[in-house]
Amino acid sequence: MTYTAWIILTATLVGLSCGLIGVFLILRKMAMMADAISHTVLLGIVVAFIITQELTGVHMLIGAIIAGLMTALFVQWLNSLDVQQEAAIGIIFTTLFAIGVILIEAFVGNAHLDVQHALMGEITFIPWNRITLPIVGSIPKAAAILTLVFFVVLLFIIAFYKEWKITTFDPGLAASVGIPVLFMHYLFMSLVSITTVASFDAVGAIMVVAMLITPAASAYLWTDRLHMMLVISGLFGVASAVIGYFIAAWIDTSISGSMAFATGLIFLASYLLSPKHGLLAKYLKPEETFE
Amino acid sequence: MWSILLNSNTQWVLLSTAILGIAAGTIGSLAYWKRQSLMSDALAHAALPGVIIAFLLFKVKHLFVLITGAAISAVIGAFFIQGIRSSTRIKEDTAMGMILSIFYGFGIMLLTIANRTSGNQSGLNNFILGQSASMVQSDVWTMSILAILVVSIVVIGFKEWKIYLFDRQFASGLGLPLKGMDVVYTILLVTTIVVGIQAVGVILIAALLIIPAVSARYWTHSFQTKVIISALFGGASGMIGTLISAIGNGWPTGPFIVVLAASFFIISLIFGKEKGILVQHWQMKHHKKQEILQSIPTSVLKKEVQ
Repeated sequence: MTYTAWIILTATLVGLSCGLIGVFLILRKMAMMADAISHTVLLGIVVAFIITQELTGVHMLIGAIIAGLMTALFVQWLNSLDVQQEAAIGIIFTTLFAIGVILIEAFVGNAHLDVQHALMGEITFIPWNRITLPIVGSIPKAAAILTLVFFVVLLFIIAFYKEWKITTFDPGLAASVGIPVLFMHYLFMSLVSITTVASFDAVGAIMVVAMLITPAASAYLWTDRLHMMLVISGLFGVASAVIGYFIAAWIDTSISGSMAFATGLIFLASYLLSPKHGLLAKYLKPEETFE
Repeated sequence: MWSILLNSNTQWVLLSTAILGIAAGTIGSLAYWKRQSLMSDALAHAALPGVIIAFLLFKVKHLFVLITGAAISAVIGAFFIQGIRSSTRIKEDTAMGMILSIFYGFGIMLLTIANRTSGNQSGLNNFILGQSASMVQSDVWTMSILAILVVSIVVIGFKEWKIYLFDRQFASGLGLPLKGMDVVYTILLVTTIVVGIQAVGVILIAALLIIPAVSARYWTHSFQTKVIISALFGGASGMIGTLISAIGNGWPTGPFIVVLAASFFIISLIFGKEKGILVQHWQMKHHKKQEILQSIPTSVLKKEVQ
């Protein structure tokens, strides 16, 4: 495959995984938790790098899962000590992120891992960093990890579809029918963490939030059915990635920034055109929407 | 290290980050008790495109011009968050996350273009993680004057702000202009954020508003004292953080300020005299002892006395 094709494929995988995870994020009202995890994952990566001196996939994934779970645990702990949830999130992620940045500046600071890269992503380098796998041959490392993560996410969503649905919409009912709500919560946080870290290389710490939240929020305006929302959100994620790439190629600028911007364009279109919640629909038939 | 400390430019920068920390600690207290801690994070990220647009339009790096752009863009972000929340079924935290990341992404697009066209790396990257070393005398003045202005407005109307935060109904009964105070509060919040972005950076400036305000609640019950303590914690974090980053060569300032603020938080959390972990632990023990003593029948105790 050509250089451009690999970039688009990588971006598409980011859009798909983030789109799927994002649906549950916004339905569980945890959008800002995703923001927090996307920052703290940096610390996980840096610590994994300092310990192993390697930037390979598995170490990074493990570091990210630990960082993500730590974030969730700390926030919960502070919250139990009577600190407002919002403030608890704000304290934990800024502190862990700051420690991550300082560690990079002080101990790492080399070509493999720098702050600029972590914040903005470097999708243009992805096609060069390859590994050789059986059957498929030599493919970019990031694409391989993203494919793996996408299938893990998809597997967990399909396997526990009913459980996700009940714990998301009615945690009380879920607990009463014997679903381990807390376990599902931490499982979900782990899925968010691995999706974030796999997308990290491509889009960086902050733009991954755009990919996680915005396609799902846009899909939320189009449908009331969970499985449709998952499909639409995944498609919006892919569309944002592709549109973003072409905007970036057109005006020659940051690809990850353009992808975040493209999620905004899709949200704007949904906000205006959605049949039920759109501005246009409200304008055309106000009596039906204001029942 | 002493040569750095004795440098008059460093002294000015230290003074200005201390004042910034005081302003952030003050406004942060209002934001915490208004339950809007993460709004400052969203607004700070939303300020980035404004900085770059102002630079691209006017081709100057004067701080006042750049933070005016930042303020406009942050206010547009706040307006969007409010709009999405009130006109769709999307919740506030989702709206904040969306605006935060989309605006930031847009800012990075523009930043890449600015770095490419102006060639000289323009120094705009410093606005992401903060770089107090890049501040010149006029930046110090702009920052300090605006921060002092913010603190003064809170101090002058302190009684009114307190009623506004804790009892809106009573406030409207008193005839306080709540809508007007909402606007002033937003202006103060945005001003504090944009004033701080050169020193602390758009990603971490929110920490300087959130962390000192939470730390202060472990020391006192009185709101007024809380605000003062929060301001002191903020000022100390700003100053010491800047000092440490000035010692290292070219280290970003923001992360050090945040780690300092977090250290004050941990100290407060453990040793604070109101609801601090140690005090609570001790109180629990004391309480249990009392319970045990009370559970012993009085006849037994009497016998022992005899």
